[in-house]
Amino acid sequence: MYDVVVVGAGPAGSMAAKTAAENGLNVLMVEKRQEIGVPVRCAEGVSKAELANFVEIDKKWIAAEVVGAKIYAPNGAEIVLAEEHAGNEVGYILERKIFDRHLARLAVKAGADVIVKTAAIGLERKDGTVKVKLKRMGEEWEVEAKIVVGADGVESRIGKLAGIDTTLKLSEIESCTQYLMSNIDFDPDYTYFWMGNEIAPGGYIWLFPKGERIANVGIGVMPSKAKKEAKEYLDDFVDERFKDGKIVEVVAGGVPVRGEIETAVADNVMLAGDAAHHADPITGGGIINALKAGKYAGIVAAEAVEKKNYSAEFLRKYDELWKNDFGKTLRRNKILQEKILSMDDETLNKLVGSLAGKNLGEMSVRNITIHLIKANPRLLWDIKDLFF
Amino acid sequence: MSKNGKRVVVDRYKCAYCGACIAVCKFNANELIETFLIIDDEKCNVCKACVKTCPMGALAVIEACES
Repeated sequence: MYDVVVVGAGPAGSMAAKTAAENGLNVLMVEKRQEIGVPVRCAEGVSKAELANFVEIDKKWIAAEVVGAKIYAPNGAEIVLAEEHAGNEVGYILERKIFDRHLARLAVKAGADVIVKTAAIGLERKDGTVKVKLKRMGEEWEVEAKIVVGADGVESRIGKLAGIDTTLKLSEIESCTQYLMSNIDFDPDYTYFWMGNEIAPGGYIWLFPKGERIANVGIGVMPSKAKKEAKEYLDDFVDERFKDGKIVEVVAGGVPVRGEIETAVADNVMLAGDAAHHADPITGGGIINALKAGKYAGIVAAEAVEKKNYSAEFLRKYDELWKNDFGKTLRRNKILQEKILSMDDETLNKLVGSLAGKNLGEMSVRNITIHLIKANPRLLWDIKDLFF
Repeated sequence: MSKNGKRVVVDRYKCAYCGACIAVCKFNANELIETFLIIDDEKCNVCKACVKTCPMGALAVIEACES
């Protein structure tokens, strides 16, 4: 019998497996794909400082570093978020294909078993433990576990099998398409964000550098607001702006932007990462929260095994940990997201225009919002208490 | 079994196997196996949530008599 079966070998899963194994647990991590890390479903941007809390930085999976962000209103007005001094890179653009494998190797190094091309297709609780039905290359079998960590992404099955409703509404997901574009002109020190109800309804367009003249150029749109598919909006944008760009990779994905869920636990089960809708409703970023959640799940799994208590009631410790860490930011940013979604392009122009051409410093949602509230107190009066 | 003579189909030349359609399906009528999306017509209610969510425009509703 395993102490923990982790389903999904992305950042959340590998971190959960690594942490649980480091705490002496007997861990199996299963990945339904035949290759960990591909196909990528990610824009690959991550905060440098936060990433360093979880893993020793290795240039092998860093594609580029950036000093800040440039944000554009529908009319082209620009605001900059960047540290003033040179050499102050604040963000990494990862090479997820390599990064994810590295994390999986760390889990293995810590003692976890890993098995790929294997799907978890059933859960059955019995006498306090759980039987996980696995399927690999036509063969089905069961493993017994005390705890299952569902880190199986936006299309999570574990949540539903365990009785946690993880179905997203059309206003709770960003439908995303991204091109890795070569031969395009931009300053590689920055990430770029374009807003507008015409160009990206309910979302935004991004450019994340992956080197000189090569970048992830992508879009997220909210299906409840979009009039056509994400790919068409992105094509319109790149046709206009990056005419000579060559697309060397196509990426698609769904990003949960539901905000904080009530609970990510059930008897014997914890959900982590996109499976628990841990991605940020404003930025769509999910890697750091996934790493945090994975680590917390691993820690709580160790406590549960020690206490021989795998009940939802006991596992709520995990809910407490992730909620006290980033749950409140998910909650705050959900409210901010709803506020921004209610704005037409004219209002967005006014908002960004009030600070146009300025460098606001630190690249964070909190910092930019505080500046926007100060410059537009009437427009943003109702959300001021969330940020001051 | 189709609903009102309609069913959802995937264009495999367009599908980028991202799983977004699965995240919005409340009937658990679809499944992604590696790069292969399966739609279970028995469970599908043709609510079109997946069609609206697909970033690639790979999903469509057709008359059930077409294949």
